[in-house]
Amino acid sequence: MKTDKKSIRTVEPFIWELSVPGRVGVSLPEADVPEYPLPGEIPLRTELPLPEVSELDVVRHFTRLSRLNFSIDTHMYPLGSCTMKYNPKVNDAVSSLPGFSEAHPLLSEELCQGSLELLYRLQTALAELSGFQAVSLQPAAGAQGELAGVLMIRAYHLDRGDRKRTRILIPDSAHGTNPASVSMAGFTAEQIPSDKRGNVDLAVLRERCDDTVAGLMITNPNTLGLFEEQIEEVTAIVHQAGGLVYGDGANFNALLGYLKPAHVGIDVMHFNLHKTFSTPHGGGGPGAGPVGAGPALAPYLPGPIVRTVEPDVRYTLFYPEKTIGRLKSFYGNFGVLVRAFTYILQMGGEGLRAVAEHAVLNANYLKHLIEKRYRIPYNRPCMHEFVATGDVAPGVHTMDIAKRLLDYGFHPPTVYFPLIVKEALMIEPTETESRQTLEAFAEALLKIAEEAVSSPELLHEAPHDTPVGRLDEVRAAREPILNRTQTGIT
Amino acid sequence: MIPYIPHTPEDRQVMLSALGLTNVEELFHSIPQKHRKPEIRLPSPLSEAEVVRELKRIASRNTSAEETAFFLGAGAYRHFVPAALEAIVSRGEFLTSYTPYQPEASQGTLQAMFEYQSLLADLLGMDTVNASHYDGAAALAEGVLLAYRAKGGERKTAVLSSALHPEYISTVRTYIEPHGLRIRGPGEGAWKPEELAALVDDSVFCVAVPFPTFLGDLVVYRTLCTATHEKGALFVVSVDPISLALFEPPGAYGADIVTGEGQSLGSHLSFGGPGLGIFATRGELLRKMPGRLSGITCDRKDRNGFVLTLNTREQHIRREKATSNICSNQGHVALRAAVYLSLLGKTGLRTVAELTYRKARYASERLGSIPGYRVMNSGPFFREFVVRCPIPAEEVVHRLATQKIIPGLPLSRYYPDRTQDLLVCVTELNTKEEIDRLADALSRVGAEV
Repeated sequence: MKTDKKSIRTVEPFIWELSVPGRVGVSLPEADVPEYPLPGEIPLRTELPLPEVSELDVVRHFTRLSRLNFSIDTHMYPLGSCTMKYNPKVNDAVSSLPGFSEAHPLLSEELCQGSLELLYRLQTALAELSGFQAVSLQPAAGAQGELAGVLMIRAYHLDRGDRKRTRILIPDSAHGTNPASVSMAGFTAEQIPSDKRGNVDLAVLRERCDDTVAGLMITNPNTLGLFEEQIEEVTAIVHQAGGLVYGDGANFNALLGYLKPAHVGIDVMHFNLHKTFSTPHGGGGPGAGPVGAGPALAPYLPGPIVRTVEPDVRYTLFYPEKTIGRLKSFYGNFGVLVRAFTYILQMGGEGLRAVAEHAVLNANYLKHLIEKRYRIPYNRPCMHEFVATGDVAPGVHTMDIAKRLLDYGFHPPTVYFPLIVKEALMIEPTETESRQTLEAFAEALLKIAEEAVSSPELLHEAPHDTPVGRLDEVRAAREPILNRTQTGIT
Repeated sequence: MIPYIPHTPEDRQVMLSALGLTNVEELFHSIPQKHRKPEIRLPSPLSEAEVVRELKRIASRNTSAEETAFFLGAGAYRHFVPAALEAIVSRGEFLTSYTPYQPEASQGTLQAMFEYQSLLADLLGMDTVNASHYDGAAALAEGVLLAYRAKGGERKTAVLSSALHPEYISTVRTYIEPHGLRIRGPGEGAWKPEELAALVDDSVFCVAVPFPTFLGDLVVYRTLCTATHEKGALFVVSVDPISLALFEPPGAYGADIVTGEGQSLGSHLSFGGPGLGIFATRGELLRKMPGRLSGITCDRKDRNGFVLTLNTREQHIRREKATSNICSNQGHVALRAAVYLSLLGKTGLRTVAELTYRKARYASERLGSIPGYRVMNSGPFFREFVVRCPIPAEEVVHRLATQKIIPGLPLSRYYPDRTQDLLVCVTELNTKEEIDRLADALSRVGAEV
């Protein structure tokens, strides 16, 4: 087999395969201080196996690698729940202003009032959009925001001496990270089914709510792209049982200017700035997952956060009264926060409402264009995304459709999620795609549905036009090759 | 018109009529009416030029490191970032792609991840490095949790060196608190190997130490690592990666888990984030580690390619039984580190580390020889050292700021009784002239006492 160590050969060679002894890729200053011997008592490194390559080698290598990627800048990328909207370039430009990029997190407060002002104004804007009393910008990603929120719920109950609440309920239409976040916070996760319309099954919820329930984690709009029609009943049932409600804000882009989650009984929620607020995903991160909370949980927010000393003039860091503490060093992914704040300033309140309107309009229009050929299991007006199924012909699966889309120059939607829909294709076009692009994408999907009947092998063998074909994931996991040494190439 | 929403009035009309609607608001009718479309008190939209002007005004309220003689570190370090690095990482194909869940459309990201995993594994002397964690603090916290799980959950105590970054210790507390675990070490002020060894008993699942320490000290951990293993616990090291260009990496003396902050590898200070959580393990601990991994496989024509692998550890597959809830990581910062290590290479990284070490030594000699000042580190250090000042360190910082010198971190920020101690950081970017200027300014302050 080709994963035999000696025969591995990749489309682009590894950076260390380009290494020639004596080459360097950077010029560094000469020493202007006396030479000091390295300390004798500390064991020294004997070998440093890093590549020796020129600057041009490095530039070409990574540029060639970049060209093997699909990205928003090059392709429509309609991944459901991931909100792959355009990432404005001005956000990146602003975040690299020296006043931000060269600001040290431990400067005394009088020397970093700019950073503190920005953090404060971003906290305030997110609170205004969501209706929460306070916001902490500390979590580095959505999942860390979830952990923060669940830890806050835990601290709240313990503070009241309520130690028997060990369960957190999660609808089966919730975001995928929720169960793991619940475990990390020391709770047991328990699934609540959806009803026929794709809402939380209220009868089951009522039955499961008692004085051992710490709370509910709900994604709204849920991962079917549907707004939870009885959201106020859901939160009331949980509150009556003494529990609190966590809102997963991954889909908050659908609600901008249309609903403040705090108004329907959500007690704590995270925001994904890398989704709703247009910051780039960077091939996996960094994101930012601020958490907002209402009166019950605001005192428990992770710190530090920023408040004003003298409104509009002077700002200071502090820890909320009963804070769950820190989740990382310093104050969140600041560079990401700068981008999100820039976006909010540019869009303004009315621009953000237009984001929700056009995201929802685009999703419904796209659903309309393909529903004659693709089954939509919960077919009612959707929010910013919808779930179709890929079983358009016998023997054809969602994965086949996804891979064939690559040949048509589109990144596939999210596949096989949510788990409650078999053969799920979860499609989120976002507001930044034009009507023409949506129509071209729909046309590709319809064409593929035809191919599924007329020449299914085209789908089974797809993709055809990518640098590598469909890759064997089982083989990768069987005997993992995870670094240079394991390839045998040096 | 908003440049990021391309719809013309005509587009909207066509789309709405296709849906049989007259108004886009009709699509929001499932939202309870009394809460629908609330007032949003945010300013009106701004043009790009106006936004840039406002953000420049805000940025100008910060003191930027490059406009001063800068000696502040304490977990966020200013090293040289080559222009070629910026050019590479700002390519949209890297910056605006998602997690590589569709490998055939993401080979660039996946190979870059694989190269990051490899370059870091080599630097740390470890078997497996994941594709990144949030930052050095969160990585250490999850490293401690990994050790707890790996020891089966019976042992409930983690020994932490009191010389870890104070914010890392706080972060570990937040993460382990729900699991009913205890921390020993910081309360005892234990950080020397023999002090830590004395705290290890049958209830301890790991010993976690920094290299170098928060106060810059270089510590030899080989004996402590062996003693920890003899007591059946795992050894965890939180490292500064640049120091490992000169000194023995933790993998060489048997560390089980290595974490660290990788911001110094090609990323800016950026007010403390995004950082880069380095996370490494050895042997079978791999099966329990958090985070993504890029691995090699084949396609149907036997061509090699990369995929995300061992996903059954992760939250989207294993749900509540996952090894962690981490999903988004710091992938783009890991890319920066991979490009940085490639550009600097074998000789460049060593040069950066040597210059840093020598300049820090020079600075400590200059500062230690000023009347009224004393260097507090008793042994060798890498890029930071503590100077005891004749007056409160906060006052020193305040006075020197007017001369465009940021002399370091007053340790009272973390240790309230160390009012006169200043943590000074020196890197290859500090010139001898700057160090001399710092020394002159400090001696003037000293002379006034």
